[in-house]
Amino acid sequence: MIFTKLNAKGKWLLNRFNIPRQTIALGLLFGILVVVFLAGRALFVPRSFGLYGHYRGDAIKDNESLAIQFAGSTACADCHADIFDLKAGSFHANVACEVCHGAAADHIADPGKMKQSAPRERGLCPLCHNYNPARPTGFPQIITDRHNPGKPCMKCHNPHDPKPPSVPAGCNECHRAIANQLAVSPHAALDCTICHDVPETHKISPRQNRPGKPNNNNFCGRCHAKPADTSTNAPPAAELIPTHRVEIKTHAGRYLCWECHYPHHPEAGP
Amino acid sequence: MKNKISSKNLLSRRQFLDFCRKAVPTGLLLVTAGAGRAGGPGHSVADPASAGGEGQGTLRPFGMAIDIRKCIGCGRCVNACKIENNVPREPLYFRTWVERYILPAEGEPKVDSPNGGLDGFPEIAESNSVLKSFFVPKLCNHCANPPCVQVCPVGATFQSPDGVVLVDQKYCVGCRYCIQACPYGARYLHPEKLTADKCTFCYHRIKKDLLPACVEVCPTQARVFGEIGSHSSPLWRFIRANATTILKAELNTRPNVFYAGASSEVR
Repeated sequence: MIFTKLNAKGKWLLNRFNIPRQTIALGLLFGILVVVFLAGRALFVPRSFGLYGHYRGDAIKDNESLAIQFAGSTACADCHADIFDLKAGSFHANVACEVCHGAAADHIADPGKMKQSAPRERGLCPLCHNYNPARPTGFPQIITDRHNPGKPCMKCHNPHDPKPPSVPAGCNECHRAIANQLAVSPHAALDCTICHDVPETHKISPRQNRPGKPNNNNFCGRCHAKPADTSTNAPPAAELIPTHRVEIKTHAGRYLCWECHYPHHPEAGP
Repeated sequence: MKNKISSKNLLSRRQFLDFCRKAVPTGLLLVTAGAGRAGGPGHSVADPASAGGEGQGTLRPFGMAIDIRKCIGCGRCVNACKIENNVPREPLYFRTWVERYILPAEGEPKVDSPNGGLDGFPEIAESNSVLKSFFVPKLCNHCANPPCVQVCPVGATFQSPDGVVLVDQKYCVGCRYCIQACPYGARYLHPEKLTADKCTFCYHRIKKDLLPACVEVCPTQARVFGEIGSHSSPLWRFIRANATTILKAELNTRPNVFYAGASSEVR
């Protein structure tokens, strides 16, 4: 039936433009293919495809909408403030609650229903504190098999406020990474106490007695101000090359020097 | 007679050639203009250097820095990642894992990662010949020039506008091309979903201003997360204060994961 119609139409076109019947049939077939392709494309390609690039734009939302398992380091403090504060002042201050007690998002959603685990046996602590030569020097480690075998760690150590067995002798015992960096920097000759005022009690309870940092740009200016500005004459000031001197008042604006320059590794630059 | 009619109504050869001469450059012009418009913003997203300059609508890419000198190899990041992202517990499926490098006094360095470091590391067998040993946490490098995105035949893996390489779990056909293409071995085929799976920087967390799970639980702050190029981000401050390297720089993948304290053996 199509072909009879085609014939009639074809004759008309044939007479008018002298287009052969085969060409018209092929043209129509091609047109149908284009329509089928466009329809199929509209049907199968997701609407958001190509919104941002060669992918489904909604996939970003899919990835974003997944459920959270770990509630975050501060979420626990709302209810368990006493333990949180104790831990915040201890050597474990940077160890998040969820490291030992497990993911807490369900517990925060419904505290009565979901209880967090509290590991009291010997297994968990050695994951961090068992001796392993690959661990960084200075990290507190024990040989688990010889260190009071069979006894749960919690019998002697409070995991929320662990205490080192002896008072550290120098700064580099705990701040090894900083000490290593400082040792190869132009500031190597400066003792820690030149910039930090360290209370003696910092070595015993470090988090409650934090050392001070320079809170005034004139402190760095003692060496790094333009010579005209130097009111005090600290010994190394004269030997500094001119490029390391700035107008302290105008150079930094409202920022402190160490907010942009890292004093333990000053050549890193801002 | 037919020939006469056709030569009257159809284009002459000269006319046809003249039409082509005009049509070809015009078509080319239109195609390049269209491609330029489509490719423009995509390119600026992939390139962090130009992202800052072009302003409107472009986001700073996310990145991570790993301080090898701080990692104690406790494997808590591996554990947290498996919980947060429903990664199968059985071995060989990891979004992040910890490798232990053992450099003997002479010979090739050895690398081991029993169960991804999830249960800790056994003692080193020949400990007297060890020169140096350290841990290297690994994860998807979220390359600015990602080979996995290039090879995906269906557009199921892609780079989000904030520089995170993601997988479209509904669109992936599980052909494993991306797993082959990744030079860092950061991808695996999820045994239940049968789609490619990889680190997303915990995209569902970072978009809610939480840290990725591995960064959240790291007890020594060996992992630092933030925006690249933002002066207020902890990541950028870390990169300014430390000499960092990237893995397999020679492949020109331009990773957004940076390593501090990595010796030349780390790759």
